[in-house]
Amino acid sequence: MIDAENLTKKFDNVTAVDGVTFHVGEGEVFGFLGPNGAGKTTTVRMLCCLISKTSGVARIAGYEVGNGADSLKIRKLIGLVPDNVGLYDTLSAYDNLDFYGKLYDCTAAQRKENIQRFLTLLGLWEKKDVAAGTFSKGMKQKLAIARALIHDPQVLFMDEPTANLDPESSKTVREFILDLKKEKRTIFLNTHNLDEAQRICDKIAILNTKLMAMGTPTELERSVSGRKTVIQLEQVSDAILAALKKLPLGNIAVDGNRLTIDVTNPEKENVTIMDTIFRAGGHVQSVTVVGSTLEDAYMKLVREDK
Amino acid sequence: MRLSKSWIIASKDFKTFVKKKNIIYSTVVLPLIISFLLPIVIAYIENKNGSKFPASELGVLLPAFTFFYLILAGVIPTTLASYSIVGEKVEKSLEPLLATPTTDSEILLGKGISAFLPPIAAILGGSTIFMVLMDLVTYSKLGYYFFPNWNAVIVLFLMVPLAAIMSVEWNVVISSRVSDIRIAQQVGGLIMLPFAGIYVSGELNLIPLGDANNLLIIAGILLAVDAILLFVARATFRREEILTKWK
Repeated sequence: MIDAENLTKKFDNVTAVDGVTFHVGEGEVFGFLGPNGAGKTTTVRMLCCLISKTSGVARIAGYEVGNGADSLKIRKLIGLVPDNVGLYDTLSAYDNLDFYGKLYDCTAAQRKENIQRFLTLLGLWEKKDVAAGTFSKGMKQKLAIARALIHDPQVLFMDEPTANLDPESSKTVREFILDLKKEKRTIFLNTHNLDEAQRICDKIAILNTKLMAMGTPTELERSVSGRKTVIQLEQVSDAILAALKKLPLGNIAVDGNRLTIDVTNPEKENVTIMDTIFRAGGHVQSVTVVGSTLEDAYMKLVREDK
Repeated sequence: MRLSKSWIIASKDFKTFVKKKNIIYSTVVLPLIISFLLPIVIAYIENKNGSKFPASELGVLLPAFTFFYLILAGVIPTTLASYSIVGEKVEKSLEPLLATPTTDSEILLGKGISAFLPPIAAILGGSTIFMVLMDLVTYSKLGYYFFPNWNAVIVLFLMVPLAAIMSVEWNVVISSRVSDIRIAQQVGGLIMLPFAGIYVSGELNLIPLGDANNLLIIAGILLAVDAILLFVARATFRREEILTKWK
């Protein structure tokens, strides 16, 4: 649904996005992670045909980003939730959505139906006639999401949709994104929130001007930091350590009677590890597999890049 | 370019304007005050000076008074255009608007219509009141109805729209440089200076504003300035410029 190949954006001598390549499949939730100034918003703006690309190719549903004729078609099939909600404060929630519905060529019946549907889903229907300026941050964010969906877009770009929201509002927005995922909409999610990305996204890319890594949340966790097997023994002996060191394992750390072993594939390696410990006369009390978190992976990549 | 898109944008702006009292006051009240005040001033002078007030003076004063509406056409759109464009900038609502399937020109035209039509309606309404009242006040002195006349038609239906367009375009250019509505209005208001200069020249009879040829020359200059400013405004009002370079 969304393809980018060597997508680059330069502002004068500053490279904001450097040769980014990715593919987002139909119905996928694609998370774009990165620190401030990583180029996430610039990438979204390029894909939404809001700013030009310096080089590279990007396509949405087969339409070419940057091609004048295709730009209007792309804008028609996408919805954007920008980092600033940008609502018309003096207009009611209903009028805000109705205005955008008209710009997207929705018929009066479509507008009426979609406004009611999305405001109800987001818990704002009761407030439909209230000026958007009086809404809380969470309500405004929900209204901005409804606005982006007013024309039933196939692709939704969301730039930090839960930033600055209280935990309850964040949860509502996240749950709504998961509902949209069930409707097979393609969602491109810019976020700082690693936990959110891990819960929602099918695929994640870590950006710091350049693309640092990309994969499923699990792949990223494993590829960057690997996993650890933590074994609590009755007694750690030299014989056990010597036997384990003969195995092709990663680092083995000893903390009292606890061993922490870096593993790449614990499902296979743990069988061999347990067998070796038993043969060396060890008594295992517990075994835990600890995965590196997405945060570990993210922090490592971003720090390495500095 | 699809006019329907521009009209949707303009209609939304109208809805916003009617909810802001200061916009209504500055758009409607000023033309009304002038429309009532000027005939009252003339009536007062006539009453005070009686037959000493020469009819020939009215021949200079009344065309110059008509020129007041040209000044208003420069000033009033400033308020609306600043709310329409800088207001969106302040509310950060330009990005979602720019993300819709509308062209830059359609948005620009929509913004132009919303800043142009209300002042024009207010000025034409106000000037109609002005002309009726002025005719009532001056008929006894002149012996004929001064308004309507061709010069007033040139001012109100040619020069006033051209001045309003100029004001809107000037404000689009300003909008890219300021991020405060009041500053936009103050800088935008500078557009009235040349008009005020012409008005004073008219009152002093340096540029006789009762001469249709003079009015047509001024209209020609306005048209030329409008064309130049349209070019600059279109270059300023581009998606990329707005999102990356506007302050």
